[in-house]
Amino acid sequence: PATMKLLLIFSALLGAALCLETFVGHQVLRIKTKNEEEVKQLQLLESLEHLQLDFWINPSAPALPVDVRIPAPSVQSVKAFLESQGIEYSILIEDLQDVLDKEKQDMAESAQRQRTAGFDFGAYHTLDEINAELDHLASEYSFVEKIQIGESYEKRPLYVLKFSTGGSQRPAIWLDAGIHSREWVTQASALWIANKIASDYGTDDSITSLLDKMDLFLLPVANPDGFVYTHTSNRMWRKTRSRIPGSVCVGVDPNRNWDAGFGGPGASNNPCSESYHGPSANSEVEVKSVVDFIKNHGNFKAFLTLHSYSQLLMYPYGYKCTRPDDYAELESLGRAAASSIRSLYGTTFQVGTICNTIYQASGGSIDWSYDNGIKYSFAFELRDTGRYGFLLPASQILPAARETWLGLQRIMEHVRDKSS
Amino acid sequence: RAMELPPSLFPAARAAAVALGYLRYRRGGPGRGLQLRELRSARRQDIDDVGHKYYLELELEDVLDKDRTVSCTAEVLYHLGSKSSAPDVQLTVQGELRSTEEADKEFYTRIRSLEKELVAENIPDSHGNVPPELEPILLLAWAASGYVIWQNSTENTKFHLAQVKHVKQVKRSDEDLQFDYVVLLHEMVSQEVLPWQVTLLWHPQRGARVSQCHQEPAPG
Repeated sequence: PATMKLLLIFSALLGAALCLETFVGHQVLRIKTKNEEEVKQLQLLESLEHLQLDFWINPSAPALPVDVRIPAPSVQSVKAFLESQGIEYSILIEDLQDVLDKEKQDMAESAQRQRTAGFDFGAYHTLDEINAELDHLASEYSFVEKIQIGESYEKRPLYVLKFSTGGSQRPAIWLDAGIHSREWVTQASALWIANKIASDYGTDDSITSLLDKMDLFLLPVANPDGFVYTHTSNRMWRKTRSRIPGSVCVGVDPNRNWDAGFGGPGASNNPCSESYHGPSANSEVEVKSVVDFIKNHGNFKAFLTLHSYSQLLMYPYGYKCTRPDDYAELESLGRAAASSIRSLYGTTFQVGTICNTIYQASGGSIDWSYDNGIKYSFAFELRDTGRYGFLLPASQILPAARETWLGLQRIMEHVRDKSS
Repeated sequence: RAMELPPSLFPAARAAAVALGYLRYRRGGPGRGLQLRELRSARRQDIDDVGHKYYLELELEDVLDKDRTVSCTAEVLYHLGSKSSAPDVQLTVQGELRSTEEADKEFYTRIRSLEKELVAENIPDSHGNVPPELEPILLLAWAASGYVIWQNSTENTKFHLAQVKHVKQVKRSDEDLQFDYVVLLHEMVSQEVLPWQVTLLWHPQRGARVSQCHQEPAPG
């Protein structure tokens, strides 16, 4: 019939295969079919592959619209065909490339806005995003410097932010987060805290007097390999990603790997265990890098580390259940810090030694730092108490960071006063 | 003979977790999510030839009704040599828990009328998000895992539900709803995250029952 003839004619015209690279001149039509016959016409059209028609809504029933993208060379022919058959259509998109160009521009502008508006501290980020923000902070503030203290097992840099307003080898405070990679609120809080300290220096009395006397070293992602793994493969990953000779299992618990009661109770010698202490103390490069850095510096007065979850504020010891010599001072300071935390949103943190409060655990970082002369050694377990656990909603990042900062600040102020 | 325990010390906290698990199993549902607001006090009694008994005063809240709290007393008895038997739990809730009749009925009707059986995974997701329509499914998982936690706890463990890895509704010819869960339980002392398969039956009047559960074997 006549229809077939028309179709064959213009399909022959378009016999040459078209190699499309852009969508310049492509039009998107919306076709309104009135009956089954018209639907069949469109289905015929659909079958002509060399027209390279791209149906966004395929012809199926008379009542439903048919949307189709038509490459530039076919536009006039298809329209002529539709008109000759009395099939109604309208132009949804005059030139698809224009639409795509505008969309690209919008996205670029939005990204630019994001960059100038700043990092969203109330959201979870990837390692790359975090590292970019560290660069941003270092470039924005003259007293903030990004230094590399080592490399992870998989060769990722271990970046520390150094906050120093002057002097030489001032007494220093250490703060790390994310040594257990699944504890996402800790890396997120560390970023907020970094920004808080940097931006409030000069206006906040406490922060100003702190940085005028002491240096602060902040390691926001102490276990970058594990952190990447929680994004790519297993959200519940805790350990490093080191390969252990003779085992199919991967990773060492970096908070059982420090040289403090190493290999004792509360750590496992099974490589497949979440609390595997590793083949020897400091076997994990992530741990060794910190140990070397702190030893070489030689003037650290406080060692503070962030974990989640349980809402606890703890001091040594974990590897033994006896009290440290400075028990009275640490208990009192811990309670004061917990009180500061509670003052903001009412969040309660329990205070005590690791061994009494959570469990006996050997090879922990604050036991090492304390036994190496860093008196003010505290480990925080941040929100929550188990409702979300490791999967703390992003909406709680800022409240968690703010309240934690108050506790850290209380401790840092005490350290500052005792160190001058 | 029963010694006072500071609630900040871990033995009391572990017993409280057992009591909470038991309570979630017995009284939890798609419209009620009980959690511990505060452990007010704890005492421990060592009973010769029997085991260790904890006396707890708990303050609880319903996550769907956070403006008020409910008090509860619990007794948790860990049996001597407790490898095979679950702790005994006795629990008294002071006062009334908020009624969930409406919410239960609505949920029951919604699920029964689904054409395709419900399937979902990763609740909450990596960022802690729970889609509102899956909140009741998560609360039922609390009940299911509450049973597992109660049955498998010792004085050396403290379990929390870390995540619902997978849930599949199974249509039944009787009036119960059935959900086959794979839940990840986080054990605080060993820090292990362990997958458990749990089949939960639920009915608005009959409440929740675990019909079977077992720990999935470790991969590799």
